[in-house]
Amino acid sequence: MREISITQIIEAVRKLCMDANYRLGEDVLGAFKRGLKTEESPNGKAIFEALLENAEIAKTEQVPMCQDTGITVVFLEVGQEVHITGGSLNDAINDGVRKGYEDGYLRKSICDPFTRINTNTNTPAVIITDIVDGDIFKITIAPKGGGSENMSRVTMLTPSGGKNAIMDFVVQRCQEAGSNPCPPVIVAVAIGGTPEKAAILAKRALLRDIGSENPDLELKEMESELLVRINNLGIGPQGLGGRNYALAVHIIKHPCHIATLPLAVNLCCHASRHKEMVL
Amino acid sequence: MKKITTPLTDDIIADLSAGDQVSISGYLYTARDVAHKRLVDLLDEGKELPFNIEGSIIYYVGPSPSKPSAVVGSAGPTTSYRMDAYAERLMDVGMKGMIGKGKRADNVVQAMINYRAIYFAAIGGAAALIAKSIRSVEIVAYKDLGPESIRRMEVEDFRCVVINDISGKDLYEIGQSEYQIGPDKTN
Ligand code: SF4
Repeated sequence: MREISITQIIEAVRKLCMDANYRLGEDVLGAFKRGLKTEESPNGKAIFEALLENAEIAKTEQVPMCQDTGITVVFLEVGQEVHITGGSLNDAINDGVRKGYEDGYLRKSICDPFTRINTNTNTPAVIITDIVDGDIFKITIAPKGGGSENMSRVTMLTPSGGKNAIMDFVVQRCQEAGSNPCPPVIVAVAIGGTPEKAAILAKRALLRDIGSENPDLELKEMESELLVRINNLGIGPQGLGGRNYALAVHIIKHPCHIATLPLAVNLCCHASRHKEMVL
Repeated sequence: MKKITTPLTDDIIADLSAGDQVSISGYLYTARDVAHKRLVDLLDEGKELPFNIEGSIIYYVGPSPSKPSAVVGSAGPTTSYRMDAYAERLMDVGMKGMIGKGKRADNVVQAMINYRAIYFAAIGGAAALIAKSIRSVEIVAYKDLGPESIRRMEVEDFRCVVINDISGKDLYEIGQSEYQIGPDKTN
C-alpha cells in the first residue's frame, strides 16, 4: 500500500491548473507551424502567426493564453494499491483548483445553471476517476472553454447507419459549429458505449497528442478521411475561409448495446490545454 | 489595414466592408450576457444607460484577472450569438459597432443594414496577444458581475476584421465559399 497525502495532491493540481493555461503543448505548436505552411488563405495564415505569438506571450509572461480558462476537467488514474491520507480526495482536487485559479490569475467561470451566480472559485471541478491496477497516481488537468464546449454533441444513431452515418454527423457538426469553437479545432469522436460513456471518451480523446497514430487501422483511416472532408468545407481558421479548420481528428470506439450506436463529438478550440503529473 | 478611431461615425462605417483588416484606437465598452440584459432592462424601464452609447463599440469580452503589474488580464472575444437577442435594441439607441467572434443571427445582420452599424471579429483565443493593445481599463458599471462588468477600455492598434458591413455582406459566408471543395459543399 502506497500512501499519498492530500497536501501533495493539492499542490500538484494548483500547479497543473496554471501550467495548462500558460503553456500550450509542443504538439499543438507544431500543428500551428504546419498550418502556417499549408494554409492558402491570407487571413488564415495571419491567424496562425497570431496564435504562435499569443502562445509565446502566454508562456513568457505566465498569463493565460485565453481569457476563458475553462471549466476544470480532472482525469485521475488511481492504482488500487494507493491510499490517500490526510483528508478527502475530492476536496483536495477542488482545493487545488481553487488555489490554482486564484494564485494564477485565472478567470473563474463556474456558475449556478439557473441563477448564473458565480461560485468564484472555479469549482466544483469535473472529476473523472479510473481505478487501475498497481500503485500509480496520475492527475491530468484539462481546462475546457465554453465556446468550444457549446459546440459539442452527443447523439444516438441508428445502428444500421453505420460508419457513413457517423462520418456524416461529424462533418455536419463541424459545418454547423463554424467559427464558434475558435478554429483551428481538434475534433474528438467517441463511438459506442452509452451516451455518458461516449461523452467521457470523446473528452479523453482530446488528450492524445496531435500527430500521434491511432493503433486501430480502421479508425486511423476514418480519421484521415474525416480530416480531409472537414477541411474541404473551407471554413478555415477562425471561420474566415481557408484550408485548416481541423488540426486533427481523434477517434475512440467502445463496444455498445446491440440496439444502440452512441456517438459523441467534442470540438476543442486551438487553446487545447492539458497537463499531467504522476505522483 | 484600415485605421479607425472611436466614436464611430456614419462616414467611417460607410468606408468599411466585409473582409477589411482594421486597426482601432480609442475607447471600447465591454459587455457580456448579463450586462446586456441589464442594459436592455434599463431601456425597458425608460432609464438612462450607465455610459454614452452614441457611436460606441461594444466588445464582447470577460477578461481574466489582471496581475498586479498589468493593465488587464488576457482579453479575447467571446462568442457573439449569445448577445443577438439584445443587439438590435442597443443599435436603436446609438451603438455603432460590435466586436466578438462567430456568426450573427439574420435579424442582427439586417439591423446592421438598417441602423448603419458594423460587426468585427477579433481572434478568438488570442487573448494574451490582444491584451497588448489595451492601454487602460476602468469599470463603468455592474462591478458585482466581476469579469462580466461593463468596462471602458482604452485601446491602441486593436486588430480585428470586418465580418458584417452595412451592405449585408458576411465574411464567414464569403470566406467559406471561396475555399470550399468536394462533395460536402453546402452552398
Ligand atoms: S473556445 Fe477556446 S480559444 Fe475560444 S474563447 Fe473559448 S477557451 Fe478561448
